[in-house]
Amino acid sequence: MAGADDIIRAGWPPRSVFLDYPLGHTTGKPFAPDEQYDIVRQAMAVFDAATEPGQMVSLDYQWSSEADWKSAATDASAGDQRAPRDETPRYQHDDDRLAAEATMAGGQ
Amino acid sequence: MTVQYIKSITDRYERLGYPAYKWYRAEEPPPWTPLKKPISESRLGVLTTAGAYVKGQVAFYYKDDTSHRAIPKATAAADMRFSHITENYLPDARRDPNCVVPLEPLRRLEAEGVIGELADDYLSCMGGIYSQRRVHEELIPAVTARYAEQAVDAVYLVPL
Repeated sequence: MAGADDIIRAGWPPRSVFLDYPLGHTTGKPFAPDEQYDIVRQAMAVFDAATEPGQMVSLDYQWSSEADWKSAATDASAGDQRAPRDETPRYQHDDDRLAAEATMAGGQ
Repeated sequence: MTVQYIKSITDRYERLGYPAYKWYRAEEPPPWTPLKKPISESRLGVLTTAGAYVKGQVAFYYKDDTSHRAIPKATAAADMRFSHITENYLPDARRDPNCVVPLEPLRRLEAEGVIGELADDYLSCMGGIYSQRRVHEELIPAVTARYAEQAVDAVYLVPL
């Protein structure tokens, strides 16, 4: 399943499905359960249908009628969007860290 | 026209004065293993590279973390969390995980018989690992061994 067809093609997987959505939406838009279901269902169909190595199936969905998101995705003036790299676990919420420590303390 | 991420990211980091990414490029066609049976009769494994973890698990770190987590397939969306170096791609997944880790679509497809059976756990890893050697030597053997234990017939890979 892929939202970046150039990156996936570089990896050359045996079979793949491309959804032309912004990264971070590999299986659909948020809070769109029927669309997410249909996207994943079509991906499952490729397991049965693909017959040749390297085949990529493009799904027929459009993120929006505007092309703006594609130019924003390649904005040359954007800075470094990556978070700093170190070996500290990066919890989404502080509560998650406490929950993980509680799990470890419980020996699970 | 699709977004050319490789060129865009290469240009951006060159302009910022960073060493160029050495993008992985497969040099040979992929191996081909036909499914032994239809997906409706298969046991399916799932791999997310979005740095997904369940509340109560240890989060991923951002410097070449080659560990992985087992995400029970019954995990509630409300308990799904993400730690991935490109946090700029995570805001929607943090509101509705199903747009990156399709927990509910896959459960529905399993219940309807479109998928024979989901493995008990999805596997989750960090997609932003800069060492291809460590991916090959550490991450891939570990997840491959888990899929062998799960006796899956196919694996559905869902990157961030």
